[in-house]
Amino acid sequence: MSDAAAIDESAIDESPTLPASASLVQPNPWENLRRHTAARIALGRVGSSLPTAEVLRLGLAHAQARDAVHDPLDFAALRSELEADGWKPRQVRSQAPNRSAYLLRPDLGRRLNAADLELLPPQPAAGDVATDVATDVATELAIVVADGLSSAAVRQHARPLLAALRASFDTDWANTPVVLVEQGRVAIGDEIGARLGARLVAVLIGERPGLSSPASLGIYLTYAPRPGRMDSERNCISNVRPEGLAYAQAAHKLAYLCRAALRRQLTGVDLKDDSPLLAPPLGSG
Amino acid sequence: MAFRCNVGVRGYVFADLREVMAKASPARSGDTLAGLGAASYEERMAARMVLAELPLKTFLDQALIPYEADEVTRLIVDRHDAAAFAPISHLSVGDFRDWLLLDSTDSIVLAALAPGVTPEMAAAVSKLMRNQDLILVARKCRVITRFRNTIGLPGHLSVRLQPNHPTDDLRGIAASLLDGLFYGAGDAVIGINPASDSLSAMTDLWHMLDEVRTRFDIPTQSCVLTHVTTQIQAIERGAPVDLVFQSIAGTEKTNASFGVSLALLREGREAALSLKRGNLGDNVMYFETGQGSALSAGGHHGVDQQTCEARAYAVAREFKPLLTNTVVGFIGPEYLYDGKQIIRAGLEDHFCGKLLGVPMGCDVCYTNHAEADQDDMDTLMTLLANAGLTFIMGIPGADDIMLNYQSTSFHDALYLRSLLGLKRAPEFDAWLARMGIADDRGHLLDVGRDHRLLRQLPNLEAT
Repeated sequence: MSDAAAIDESAIDESPTLPASASLVQPNPWENLRRHTAARIALGRVGSSLPTAEVLRLGLAHAQARDAVHDPLDFAALRSELEADGWKPRQVRSQAPNRSAYLLRPDLGRRLNAADLELLPPQPAAGDVATDVATDVATELAIVVADGLSSAAVRQHARPLLAALRASFDTDWANTPVVLVEQGRVAIGDEIGARLGARLVAVLIGERPGLSSPASLGIYLTYAPRPGRMDSERNCISNVRPEGLAYAQAAHKLAYLCRAALRRQLTGVDLKDDSPLLAPPLGSG
Repeated sequence: MAFRCNVGVRGYVFADLREVMAKASPARSGDTLAGLGAASYEERMAARMVLAELPLKTFLDQALIPYEADEVTRLIVDRHDAAAFAPISHLSVGDFRDWLLLDSTDSIVLAALAPGVTPEMAAAVSKLMRNQDLILVARKCRVITRFRNTIGLPGHLSVRLQPNHPTDDLRGIAASLLDGLFYGAGDAVIGINPASDSLSAMTDLWHMLDEVRTRFDIPTQSCVLTHVTTQIQAIERGAPVDLVFQSIAGTEKTNASFGVSLALLREGREAALSLKRGNLGDNVMYFETGQGSALSAGGHHGVDQQTCEARAYAVAREFKPLLTNTVVGFIGPEYLYDGKQIIRAGLEDHFCGKLLGVPMGCDVCYTNHAEADQDDMDTLMTLLANAGLTFIMGIPGADDIMLNYQSTSFHDALYLRSLLGLKRAPEFDAWLARMGIADDRGHLLDVGRDHRLLRQLPNLEAT
């Protein structure tokens, strides 16, 4: 709390307001409060309006967020990077043929393209009430990586997050399927997980970009995935990025949720994330 | 009962009233997604021609969503005031548009009419109205509410100060709060969307807001926008809750997806009233709505999204809110695709709400996956301010760093005041003058580094 002092006493004796001649912009004498928040405070004003510098700063942030939504993800590059890390990724498409259809028809982004079904041959199902036999042969965890609404998020964070997860969670990693999805939404993991007979599916997906976070990754974990699962049956970890929830933190949370989900045989609102934090969250100290 | 319309050599048939309403609606992606929208431009106009001829009484005889199946329909029907409806009971929907635009249909006439208008009538007539009609008629509607100040006076525009922070950090919230107060924002409400769903974390927020308000004697109200059940629980535990918030929608099934019912909303209102915290009035509720929520929840019953939205205002007015806010562009492009659709929806929502007697504000906003930008928001806020909008959001730089969308900024509110001479709630303007933040005409003053707010704001004060 030592840095909480908002006022530097010595500053009070200086000119309380800058003369207009120093700048066309009327500044705000509380710029030092910016250290408490990423919000766009103390922007100053010209008359009633935003100064030019801030108009440009906001415009640039919006441009980057728009690009994150509309730039296609380079799946070939992502595949080769993941292969270099020892994963064996497969790549499929949703039924949304392009970005425009993806934005207008969320239902198409939740279903697999029929032409790609052969890439995911059906496996014995784990199901809600898996028999001992089925449990033994079932894949414990399937990982789905979908572009979602931010290709930048997937490009930057999927690979390091998976590496951190491999260090935090104990499973048969050599046989853990990784499926990359073009134009995918969260629920496509249900169909993929069901076809692979996985007990759990973790969907890593680009979140809707904000101005201050054009590249933020979300993780959705679903137990016994199958088409028709509701959002209330998933657990979500959001804001995965170095400036938000760091990779190690996110992997730690996901590993905790995976273990709890396998033990309690469910995910969703009845499964709380009570994982102890690795370190104080960013922004609080 | 089917409805028919011949346009030239083509005949159009609409199976029922829902289909007429949906196909008469201006184009939007959500109705297309639901499979309800008109298939051609001509079909849309044919539906409007059918709608224009329909007697307003049709909507009292034919429920779009059955009475037995939906408590919102029951609320609309049971609360309908036949005496208030009498002056327009002989009109068709097209006549109703003409009547609303008459100079003789003034603020007093419209206030008396409101209990006689159903949401379906408001939605129907809006579908025949151009944007300028929606603006002109809404401007004539007066809805005035009070808690610790007076909201909705003619020539006034209030602002909700929204100092959100992604981890609910009290210093971060205080910094945005101070920024907003120095920019003259916060007369509608100081309302935080919490990131946490923990009651103890939220209780800290309620106490912090109350401490700021009482320390500086600010004539406004606070709100933490969480589920109504959490707020009832907080009230029971003694938290200083001013306004009770809830997202609401126009069908029972959609409300159920939000975890609320009319009975629960009533319980929330009674809990807030029991605290007797408003010194000027007992408008204790704050509602948020938005087109598309019914489809999103699978609760639309084949009714178009704009009509579903208007039905939410019947829910709102039942509970005499201080503020109701259509969060118009938040839901995404699958419901409102671009700036044009968002602008139209914002004007429709404001008009329908005001006609029904609801204190409508608008979160003039968009997400980064919609085909919209700040220019579209400038257009919509300027149109709505001309239409007599009750309040807008005030967010530092228009960028909500918790909810990840763009809304309106403190500067935007100043722009509208400067352009149109709009004032803040009078009690709040007087406070700004007492604090040396604005002059007696409401224009901002330059504050110095030694201003009381900077030195003494809880969580930021010098230590």
